[in-house]
Amino acid sequence: MNEHFHVLVIGAGPAGISAAVRAAESGGHVGLLDDNPAAGGQIWRKGASLPKTARMWLARLNAASVERLHGWHVFGSPTSGVLFAERTGLASPAAEQADFIELNYDKLILATGARERFLPFPGWTLPNVMGAGGLDAMVRGGLRIKGKRIVVAGTGPLLLAVAAHLAHRGTQILAICEQAPLSRLRPFAMRLLTQPGKVAQGIGLRIATRGTHFYTGCWPVAATGRGRLESVTLQRRGKQWELPCDYLACGYHLVPNLELPRLLGCGIHEGFVTTDKWQQTSIPGVLCAGEPTGIGGVELAIVEGQIAGLAATGRVEKADDLIQKRTRGQRFVRALREAFELDPRLRALPSAETLVCRCEDVPFGVLRDYTSARDAKLHTRCGMGACQGRICGAATEFVFGWAMDSMRPPILPASLSTLAATGVGGAHDPSNTTSNQNRRDTL
Amino acid sequence: MHEHAHKSDTPAITLTVNGAAVSVAPGTTVAAAILISGSPTRISVTGKPRAPLCGMGICFECRASINGFAHRRSCQILCESGMDVRTL
Ligand SMILES: Cc1cc2nc3c(=O)[nH]c(=O)nc-3n(C[C@H](O)[C@H](O)[C@H](O)COP(=O)(O)OP(=O)(O)OC[C@H]3O[C@@H](n4cnc5c(N)ncnc54)[C@H](O)[C@@H]3O)c2cc1C
Ligand code: FES
Repeated sequence: MNEHFHVLVIGAGPAGISAAVRAAESGGHVGLLDDNPAAGGQIWRKGASLPKTARMWLARLNAASVERLHGWHVFGSPTSGVLFAERTGLASPAAEQADFIELNYDKLILATGARERFLPFPGWTLPNVMGAGGLDAMVRGGLRIKGKRIVVAGTGPLLLAVAAHLAHRGTQILAICEQAPLSRLRPFAMRLLTQPGKVAQGIGLRIATRGTHFYTGCWPVAATGRGRLESVTLQRRGKQWELPCDYLACGYHLVPNLELPRLLGCGIHEGFVTTDKWQQTSIPGVLCAGEPTGIGGVELAIVEGQIAGLAATGRVEKADDLIQKRTRGQRFVRALREAFELDPRLRALPSAETLVCRCEDVPFGVLRDYTSARDAKLHTRCGMGACQGRICGAATEFVFGWAMDSMRPPILPASLSTLAATGVGGAHDPSNTTSNQNRRDTL
Repeated sequence: MHEHAHKSDTPAITLTVNGAAVSVAPGTTVAAAILISGSPTRISVTGKPRAPLCGMGICFECRASINGFAHRRSCQILCESGMDVRTL
């Protein structure tokens, strides 16, 4: 299949949905692609009782003339103006050869969102140790957790949102452990007062999690259990204690999904895509909105998405009030970053045996002898497994200070048949995932 | 191991995980069905059991063979009646 779009949006979270809706007002052919089975991104997932804003935007999307491509992920870009995508869901076995699409575009809007940052500590690879958003997503996806004992840990506002939701689902939240000290959270709480919507959210959360221990300057140092998690050891002010539990929901705030912006060559500064007033990146015709430009939450994502949708269709005059809202949202981005900055002591969590690369089972003790991600990759296979460094990359960046390795196509392991059909990925490249795929296929 | 969907008013979907029947509510991901079945999603290269970490298609810990398609990220695929899921 080969299709042409005036505006193509990648990522159907709040940013991508609002971008597609506003772009479609122009009457052009607009496409919205996402690797999940339905629109909504990380926050507007099915299985959640959706807030009014979400219902409104999803209704606008349903009413708009937008071609929806769900269950596809973009993995390559052979030349500018062209993307390749592969199916993430299941197709009939007979159709597998043709299981990719070629997408052509005049304007591209990248709304690829963010993922959680995970930090390695002893026991973090045990089943039932998940991300905070990760456990939440699994529960929205049907995991039954009623009556289970849960410890929520890590950093960021997501912890409270997740705890509130899980408590609402009938779990026992034993503790919420925020690594940031109270002294840094206070100014953040003050700034929230200038954001009425967010205060209401905060108060709602406090009520929902009443009776739960909320510790600041506290984090898990070990998870133990036979075959699956049985207990967590927490540390605060030099004191350690063990807490038996069924799940540990642990995530250290969010990091942007930069694989696609990197692949296309978009300028990146201090870990985020640089954009101008109209969400335009350094690559002409490629715009970016939402978390990849700065972790700012759903409201800012919707504002940036709309600006991008309007700008991509030449209607910037409609974006004036949105620009003001964006300026306010960007203040929130800075407040978040300062409040939830990682404590340097978290770098010392892994022991020599702690696995850092979960795909290839590479322990901390082996990695600490290397000086860069590239060096470690070539000698230990760290970051060469199925996730292609998505999990260990953010960890080694923090723990060792290694810059994330540059992306090479394909940005997700595409199936052999897809690679053969598209010709993406050089056969002689040592960091190419084609060889990984071969290996995994024979496991 | 048999488990029953918690809401009796919604028709359950029944699939098999490593040959054992599991019943889940519509809208359940294959990753959740695997956990409900009591099985890990995969065994790591050094032989350790693993289960979902990210829930959003990033970590690849949830990959399983679904209806004969190998290495599918089960957290991004919804259960369908009669699905054959294999984790090992
Ligand atoms: C696991 C998780 C749970 C969260 N839960 C909450 C919560 O409960 N409350 C809250 O306030 N905030 C939550 N957040 C933060 C919230 O998700 C963001 O603030 C908001 O979703 C940002 O919107 P977005 O459109 O920028 O990105 P997202 O909502 O992340 O949307 C981006 C979409 O792009 C898709 N995508 C990325 N790359 C590709 C590709 N190459 N091909 C195809 N598709 C691609 C992704 O799968 C995703 O669906 C959560 C974040 C995460 C990571
Ligand atoms: S749980 Fe991480 S990819 Fe599915």
